[in-house]
Amino acid sequence: MSGQTTAEELGPVTTLATPIRLDFEFTPGVAQSRFLRGLEKGKFVGQRCPTCGKVYVPSRGSCPTDGVPTTEDVDLGNVGTVTTYCVVNVPFAGQSIEIPYICAQVLLDGADISFMGLIQEIPTDEIRMGLRVEAVWVEPEELTPSLASVRYFRPNGEPDADYETYKDYL
Amino acid sequence: MPESEALHASHVLEYPYSRSVGPVIGAFLTGLRDGKLLGVRGTGGSVIVPPTEYDPATGEDTGELVEVGPGGVVESWAWVPNPLPKHPLARPFAWALIRLDGADTAMLHVVDAGGPDQVATGDRVTVRFRPAGERIGAMADIEAFVPEGGAS
Repeated sequence: MSGQTTAEELGPVTTLATPIRLDFEFTPGVAQSRFLRGLEKGKFVGQRCPTCGKVYVPSRGSCPTDGVPTTEDVDLGNVGTVTTYCVVNVPFAGQSIEIPYICAQVLLDGADISFMGLIQEIPTDEIRMGLRVEAVWVEPEELTPSLASVRYFRPNGEPDADYETYKDYL
Repeated sequence: MPESEALHASHVLEYPYSRSVGPVIGAFLTGLRDGKLLGVRGTGGSVIVPPTEYDPATGEDTGELVEVGPGGVVESWAWVPNPLPKHPLARPFAWALIRLDGADTAMLHVVDAGGPDQVATGDRVTVRFRPAGERIGAMADIEAFVPEGGAS
């Protein structure tokens, strides 16, 4: 036993690891697959409702208001507006980003729904509603059909958006 | 691949839970790590394995820990011809209720018996621990039970 840890050194067993693991086979469906394939090309692709004209990104394939299929793809730009945000200060298991960091809802120009993005390259005490941001993508050879293709959003230097331009998207 | 075709991916969701085991189960697991099987004395002197903090029949506190095994008797069993990835053995095996020598209750574990014709109710089996350096204080520290004096 020399060289091995003795039972006395280890002490009594007080905890037991009991992981629960679920293995899924996931399909995002046709509409969201278009969005994901867009990410693989380094662009945001939404879809427009033929009835109300709203542009959803990512599109679920139908308009939740009108209940009709969204068939027209819309290439959206790389630029949007922070509508709301949260500064994360709390560490948690599996955290992959150093705290504090900023999680924000970003409304892309031309879209009618915001989605969540990480905001970087700005001190956490300077984040604000209306901040204009642009997506920073991974290197072209690292693009995949996943939101991991978007590294984060950062301020693009434009003046803040007028509240009137995004007040209906909060 | 046509643009309309839906993507597909595997996705793993895992919760890395860790439980605190308390003094009695903790002692049992510590025993496993040390290569020993421990039960606990319940009301009227019966020996409960795995040990519990309370006698399940009377609700009274249990008493001293007692060493049981390493041999025991198969009380019932079910053959697993096609083990799943999460099963303790990659080859076919039996789940069995095993009443260890000195115990009054049976414990669920694995019998590594080669085939369903080599395990029967009433068979004598004995514990096969993992090597000391691989034991961590968990049920899997027991690799399997094997037929006593058998070839496995």
